[in-house]
Amino acid sequence: MKPKILVITGYGINCEEETAKCFNWAGGEAEIVHINDLISSAKKLSNYQIIAFPGGFSYGDDTGSGNALANKIRNNLKDDFLTFLKQDKLVIGICNGMQIMANLGLIPATDMKYGERQAALMRNVHVSLECHWIYIKNISKKCIWTRNIDIIHLPVSHGEGNFYVEPSTLEKMKKNDQIVFKFVNEDGTPANNKFPANPNGAMEDITGICDETGKVFAMMPHPERFNSWTNEDGWELKKEKILREYLAKNAKTDSKDIFANLRFPTEGAGLQIFRNGINYFK
Amino acid sequence: MAHRIEIFTKVNDSKSQVMAKKLQSCGFNISSATVVEVYVINKDFKKSELKEIAEMLSNPVSQKYGIDEAQKEISFNFALEIGFLPGVTDNIATTARETIEDFFKLKFSAEESVHSSMLIFIKGELSEKDVEKIGDNLANSLIQRITIKSHEKFAADNGMDTTVPLVHLSSKPEVDKVDLSISEEELLKLGKEGIPNKDGTRRGPLALEKDSLEVIKKYFAKEDRPPTDIELESLAQTWSEHCKHTIFAAKIDDNERTARVRSDGERSGLAGREQERALQNEQGLYKGYIKKATNDIRKAKARTRSEREGESEDLALPGRAKPEPTKGDFCMSVFSDNAGGIIFDENWIITDKAETHNSPSALDPFGGAITGIIGVNRDCLGFGKGAKPIINKYGFCVGNPFDKEPIYRDAKLTNAALPPHRILEGVIEGVNAGGNCSGIPTPQGFVYFHDGYKGKPLIFVGTIGLIPRKINGKNSWEKKAEKGDKIVVIGGRVGMDGIHGATFSSEALSSGSPATAVQIGDPITQKKFSDAIVKEARDRELYHSITDNGAGGISCSVPEMAKECGGCLVNLEKVPTKYPNLSPWQIWISESQERMTLAVPSEKLTEFEELMAKRDVESTVIGEFTDDGRCVVKFNDEKIMDLAMDFLHEGLPRKSLKTTYTRIEDLPNHKRNPEPDFPEPADLTQTLLNVLARPNICSYEFISTQYDHNVQGGTIIKPLQGRGRVNGVASVTKPFPESTRGVICSQGLNPIYSEIDTYHMAACAIDTAVRNVIAIGGTLDHLALMDNFCWCSSNEPERLGQLKAACEAVYDYAVAYGTPYISGKDSMFNDFKGFDAQGKAVKISVSPTLLISSLGVLDDLTLAVSLDPKFPGDLIYILGETKDELGGSEYFQYQKDLAKSVPENAPKVITKVIPGETFIGNSVPKVDAKSAIKLYRTFRSAVEKRLISSALSPQFGGLGITLAKKAIAGRMGMEIDISKVPGFNSNSRDAPNLLNSNFSTKNKFPPTRLDHLLFSESQSRFVVTIDPKRQAEFEKHFANVPFALLGKTTNNQNFVIKTNNGDNPSKIILKTNIATLDQYYRKTFNRFSE
Repeated sequence: MKPKILVITGYGINCEEETAKCFNWAGGEAEIVHINDLISSAKKLSNYQIIAFPGGFSYGDDTGSGNALANKIRNNLKDDFLTFLKQDKLVIGICNGMQIMANLGLIPATDMKYGERQAALMRNVHVSLECHWIYIKNISKKCIWTRNIDIIHLPVSHGEGNFYVEPSTLEKMKKNDQIVFKFVNEDGTPANNKFPANPNGAMEDITGICDETGKVFAMMPHPERFNSWTNEDGWELKKEKILREYLAKNAKTDSKDIFANLRFPTEGAGLQIFRNGINYFK
Repeated sequence: MAHRIEIFTKVNDSKSQVMAKKLQSCGFNISSATVVEVYVINKDFKKSELKEIAEMLSNPVSQKYGIDEAQKEISFNFALEIGFLPGVTDNIATTARETIEDFFKLKFSAEESVHSSMLIFIKGELSEKDVEKIGDNLANSLIQRITIKSHEKFAADNGMDTTVPLVHLSSKPEVDKVDLSISEEELLKLGKEGIPNKDGTRRGPLALEKDSLEVIKKYFAKEDRPPTDIELESLAQTWSEHCKHTIFAAKIDDNERTARVRSDGERSGLAGREQERALQNEQGLYKGYIKKATNDIRKAKARTRSEREGESEDLALPGRAKPEPTKGDFCMSVFSDNAGGIIFDENWIITDKAETHNSPSALDPFGGAITGIIGVNRDCLGFGKGAKPIINKYGFCVGNPFDKEPIYRDAKLTNAALPPHRILEGVIEGVNAGGNCSGIPTPQGFVYFHDGYKGKPLIFVGTIGLIPRKINGKNSWEKKAEKGDKIVVIGGRVGMDGIHGATFSSEALSSGSPATAVQIGDPITQKKFSDAIVKEARDRELYHSITDNGAGGISCSVPEMAKECGGCLVNLEKVPTKYPNLSPWQIWISESQERMTLAVPSEKLTEFEELMAKRDVESTVIGEFTDDGRCVVKFNDEKIMDLAMDFLHEGLPRKSLKTTYTRIEDLPNHKRNPEPDFPEPADLTQTLLNVLARPNICSYEFISTQYDHNVQGGTIIKPLQGRGRVNGVASVTKPFPESTRGVICSQGLNPIYSEIDTYHMAACAIDTAVRNVIAIGGTLDHLALMDNFCWCSSNEPERLGQLKAACEAVYDYAVAYGTPYISGKDSMFNDFKGFDAQGKAVKISVSPTLLISSLGVLDDLTLAVSLDPKFPGDLIYILGETKDELGGSEYFQYQKDLAKSVPENAPKVITKVIPGETFIGNSVPKVDAKSAIKLYRTFRSAVEKRLISSALSPQFGGLGITLAKKAIAGRMGMEIDISKVPGFNSNSRDAPNLLNSNFSTKNKFPPTRLDHLLFSESQSRFVVTIDPKRQAEFEKHFANVPFALLGKTTNNQNFVIKTNNGDNPSKIILKTNIATLDQYYRKTFNRFSE
């Protein structure tokens, strides 16, 4: 049986379609469900193995990014979520999803205190939304979602991604291997809070964290936007490299169509994250 | 009583830091600024409840709050609060209210409310006057209120005031009858100033002219009753230039002679071109030129190849090709809907629409731009049964952003127009908020600066959409309201917003409020119904028809949709309003945003309403569609409007317009512009660097990176290309992650060329929009265009003549290229009448501006070509001819600025362009369609052979700037020899230029100067780089078009341009490096990005 993924939407979430597609390609069965259909009990959390909070602009970031939708969930669905977390299931939040999860207290939830707000995603240091590609490095051994990933190239696109927790929380997170992704330079060296490698000013370049179990995970960059090879910033150069290597090998082929055997990659590196989630249930 | 919650950020307060920096950079002597979020809760709550509310609205990790108390921790000299005026959309407050309602499970009454504002505590050596200036800098008094308190006053008052900006309309709604049995003078006044109120004031312009007023008078004489106010207002909306495009519909230059030419062309010896033009003019500019172009192209494309082969060359217009043979007609729905649609693939249609929001953006740039972008999203949602928006586009034409010289709307110099830099900041932010919040990528756009836009900016917004060709087996682009269908409005509520000059009073305002003139958008309300419609209701077939409520609100959308069935009956009291006591005519014509109108069949109504309720979308039945030929409106059962549909839609008398305009070719020398006269610069390196830094040429990365361009996961060729991040002129997007097809979009716009000749201006705009698509890998066979005319003083025959000339090119070149128009829009009066700082009356008109947008389909994404050179050692070629075409060029404008000794570090656009002034010149670039088509087809087949590694087409700044941008993008050096450029001849102006055979044109104007060669803006050219191993193959492929090998990319960082006229050794004319180029490319807008 394919694992079932609940992809939440409504009130300005806007990355639900590509997020669902990525889960489906990775071998899952994703369903996009409006938050009101959960509140009305038309759909039940218990029917799914994975909950995904996609990116977007829920409530237009009014009253703080992710805050208003988190309030709506807390006001109406708190118990359902706490029950879900007690089972051997997974949660992922991307961008606005991470902001919602931080406000809901699903991450970092140190001392297993789910529901307590412990992290803030504050305004970027440059205040405005920042949309560009960055490199992030996986430093967590625990996180289920980032297995087989070292450095990954992904786009960010957010106005409030400046990660902050109190120093005592940070210590606990470090001790429990809850820090997952950090911004790095292209060569893997720490971004050291330098723009544009660290686009938002996040504390210790942190941009992905998990709970103490490694099953509940959230990140600011967008893996679902690197779903195919041609999404990547700079793919045009890689294409040209592949083409020239191909021509160097096939230059003398007398075939009518010299490109008959030319193959380009198809998949984007972001899919690995979704695959990790699905593979957990295999 | 109302309560006040203040929220303070306790760590990493970047908002406050950025604010302090901004104020310091504006020259205010401040040491700190602390930004505080404020909520006024206008409802009784207990202290403990308020605490719960404050906790929900703040973040305990990073923030703290105060309730109904004056803060004592922050030290400051002045407190400055900015909130909204009554009736202005306050999205943050709406979200806060919903959060509170959801938490306590209660509903606020109409008299209870939430309001948000921003409070800034400022420390510094400032006078109250300075703080007022800060307020003016940060707020817009049309929509916002500013409160300032000194530290002492703040202490004495125990904090800021708890203001509740609610709207209270005093008068009871009434319907007035309007007497039309009045003198002609009074009648004209009625048209110009509007319906008189009882107190003698007027309700604002109806903009009805004499002939329209007389037709209306006659109609009501026949009906034997006076019109009601709502009937007149409705006619004025429906017949407005904005809705009916009266100028584009008018007969042009209709007189006895042209009538004779039309009917009897051959015998009068005026057959051919002139007869064709006379026929076109009789049909008007829209039907005779724009629509005719599309019709002719579609006919040509629909014909089979063998049919076409029999056709003679006579069909071709002089100097142009005959309608381009292609692989078939790809138009699906053109000119008949909110947007135009073409085939994307066997299952899908892509739609496109571009709009302008010029007047609202001049008053409130943020509000104008955000309502513009989400408004054009609704045009997409209103295509057929509803297309999903997949790409947003923008274009900002504003005044010189470094121009601080004020201009005023009034002679007393009290009402200053916003300076260009504030308009720019505001519109950038508006599209940011609208596009980003809606989850629609914005990969494509441009900025253009010119002093003609100082009084009135042109703010273009566009949206591309996606819809299946069939929905449950039915054509998706067809829709029809049926008799008996319910008229349903969804989305936002109606307020005074967007009603012409209406005034209303409220407790927070002493006198009439202009808050109605501008609006702030609410993208989340729209996102909610957009998803509910496109992702759910549409495919469940819950409605028969759908359209946007744009200009004229429901007074336009309902009767427009009623055309599909033949009538409508509206119960106006059912329309949900933001506050009570709106007059019926106000409800009818209000342009309050985020609303759409649908025709819902009775049997689907319950399902539709339930779905909308589940998605938190307000939907209301406001009437029923009929077939009795009448448009009837009732208010509380009283019939207040009853007009014949025919009269409402077709009653407007058609205009007949006279034009005067002489094309540059026919102008005697003394009437032409003087030729700029300046020596060739000794230092071409510095010249290139300075031109590179010009606002129309340099990087605008600070805009590109604040617009989410990869949401929906389909971005392929991005707004910034190469490792050196250079702004591209076209983009590629993949609508389906799983497919290999892409959408290409680009645009062309050359307003300064209008100062020489509008025909060539339009031709260049078309060629630019087309060749940008070709350069990135597209094909002429699957390429559509859109036109957006933004003209000025369109009541003057000379301006109308310029318009006609532009339309001639619009027809000629689209037909030649085989690129049909699928949608378009016009805005005819972009003039500012006001006063300069000395009180002298000034009129600032935009240069006649035509934006051509292009929409192409790329069948294989891996064919896409980016602009950055890929490897050192690659060969650099130029394709196409370079002529001495610097008329209206950026380079001439640069020379003009230089002549005026503008400091080099403050790049400035020209101060004022008036025909006849120097530095415009006459040698406007001209487009030879025939040779361009040959080049574009050859280029595309080279793309299919994967011969081209990178490509960029020269535009503003010509070849020199194109090479520089490519070098920056690839982060690699170049060695160029420009003496080989096709067309260039440094020896003689008259010598024929014979580089290779098969030239389609004789180049009569070879550039003879190096600066001209570098900066000429000749059209239809490409600069490409290729794999050196494929040199022979490449040169063989392009053997039949003009091209030259210019040099190669290098693995050092030097940018070197040489000439070689047989001298030995060749001469270096320009030498710099990539770092320096990069620095000049970015320095102009560095400050804007902070």
